[in-house]
Amino acid sequence: MGMTMTQKILAAHAGLDEVKAGQLIMADLDFVLGNDITSPVAINEFNKAGFTEVFDKEKVTMVMDHFAPNKDIKAATQCKQCRDFCGAQSITHFYDVGRMGIEHALLPEQGLVGPGDCIIGADSHTCTYGALGAFSTGVGSTDMCAGMAKGKAWFKVPSAIKFNIVGKLPKYSAAKDVILHIIGMIGVDGALYRSMEFMGEGLKNLTMEDRLCMANMAIEAGAKNGIFAVDEVTLAYVKDRFKREVRVFEADADAEYDEEYTIDLSKIKPTVAFPHLPENAKTFDEIGEVKIDQSVIGSCTNGRIEDLRAAAEVLKGKKIADSVRCIVIPATQDIYMQAMEEGLLKIFIEAGCAVSTPTCGPCLGGYMGILAKGERSVATTNRNFVGRMGHPESEVYLASPYVAAASAITGKLSQPSEVM
Amino acid sequence: MKAKGIVHKYGDNVDTDVIIPARYLNTADHKELASHCMEDIDIDFVKKVKTGDIMVAHENFGCGSSREHAPIAIKASGISCVIAATFARIFYRNAINIGLPIIECREASEKIEAGDEVEIDFESGVITNVTKGESYQGQAFPEFLINIINKGGLLNSLK
Ligand code: SF4
Repeated sequence: MGMTMTQKILAAHAGLDEVKAGQLIMADLDFVLGNDITSPVAINEFNKAGFTEVFDKEKVTMVMDHFAPNKDIKAATQCKQCRDFCGAQSITHFYDVGRMGIEHALLPEQGLVGPGDCIIGADSHTCTYGALGAFSTGVGSTDMCAGMAKGKAWFKVPSAIKFNIVGKLPKYSAAKDVILHIIGMIGVDGALYRSMEFMGEGLKNLTMEDRLCMANMAIEAGAKNGIFAVDEVTLAYVKDRFKREVRVFEADADAEYDEEYTIDLSKIKPTVAFPHLPENAKTFDEIGEVKIDQSVIGSCTNGRIEDLRAAAEVLKGKKIADSVRCIVIPATQDIYMQAMEEGLLKIFIEAGCAVSTPTCGPCLGGYMGILAKGERSVATTNRNFVGRMGHPESEVYLASPYVAAASAITGKLSQPSEVM
Repeated sequence: MKAKGIVHKYGDNVDTDVIIPARYLNTADHKELASHCMEDIDIDFVKKVKTGDIMVAHENFGCGSSREHAPIAIKASGISCVIAATFARIFYRNAINIGLPIIECREASEKIEAGDEVEIDFESGVITNVTKGESYQGQAFPEFLINIINKGGLLNSLK
């Protein structure tokens, strides 16, 4: 019996010729990630366990993005603990304010992760790097600690669901709509413990940024990882960034999948996930008038340059509604700079948006756009759980940058065609 | 090894944001995390919970973020075991890695009610509902994971 793409990567990293779904393995890691929230817990464990050195100072990173620039004294203390640890360990890739970006936008951009890698990160959206053809999954701080110390992690080999992508997205439909559609279809536990493998002739019509957005939200369907077949788009993206060896793994022709779906991109319409689960996906024919107080354009899901271009296309020469606060957060410094050079920031500011330095900020209800009781935000982020962006009685509606921008203009959930 | 206590019952998709809201993640202090455990869905949980108590829920418990603060907050609040029909995978591995016993059992998650007194035998996976006089067979841990738990968590098992 053949292996899936994920299984092949895991077998190679466990030094085995073959693995089967359900098998427990110990795998070698190519990269280990933590942030300002999860790393302090891992560092405490590292010290408590008596470890003295990380396994490879080039292969561990800490990114200060969640509550940074420090939102309060406790956040400052956590960042300081990371900074001190990375300094003492001479960790090469420590990303502090001014250099940092949101981790899942930053690592692919900086070429720290690439095809064929086996990666863990103490952050659930670590599954993002599957876009590059890597096995990449979110873990907790204890796993991060073990990974930092030994360069290893245990895994239960997952079975997989195959998504055969065909066609091309219509104008104003986005990768975000595709993944919200898929989560709406299979549910927030539809891929529990399993891989989501994306392949097919339609992949060539998805840019790397589209893929990063989709792989990012695999966890919202409960998946262990999301992974895209490697093609010319992948190889072109990693060519001048990724320093390690590119390893291309392909699923065997006779690989076994639990389920298979065909996703026709040409049928995808602008989609919004209603509170309080990402699976509550609706298209605009099912959406009545939903007034919003805030629009957030950013995050590791949709804070990349193409996302900002999409939002700017809608906002150009227009003003956002008086009743709305629109917050735009470029995901990394490079994206920020690029957006500035392309004149996108000017478009946002002239439209009445606030533009922030890279941070997770409001995405996890940290700061920079917290909602009051009863308020609603449309957001290009990935979670709309109870209290995710502030008060437990506030609401988050997940959508694409096009929809978030259009809604900011009208003050209610709107698709781009309403304002263009 | 056994656990015995009174049940706190929840539904489907209890996510890590309600187990411990992100606004409290600016600390890694176990006691402080425990003092906010479950507050967005059950404001009284912290007042009601007694050491040894048991948490029972339905599908996909612990979905959402990878924050280990979630199982830590539950463990530090005094909960001795979580029973659910299914767990979200990161929560599952985090719980094992930090030594919070969890057990998957659909029948138990359906039949056990809030306030029942329940006993769990981790070696056999048998869950006994003392109040109702019933017992349910839960999924016992595979040997690989028992080894991690017996050594006192992942880090000790790697030394
Ligand atoms: S942007 Fe949001 S989802 Fe992404 S890493 Fe930050 S907090 Fe997590």
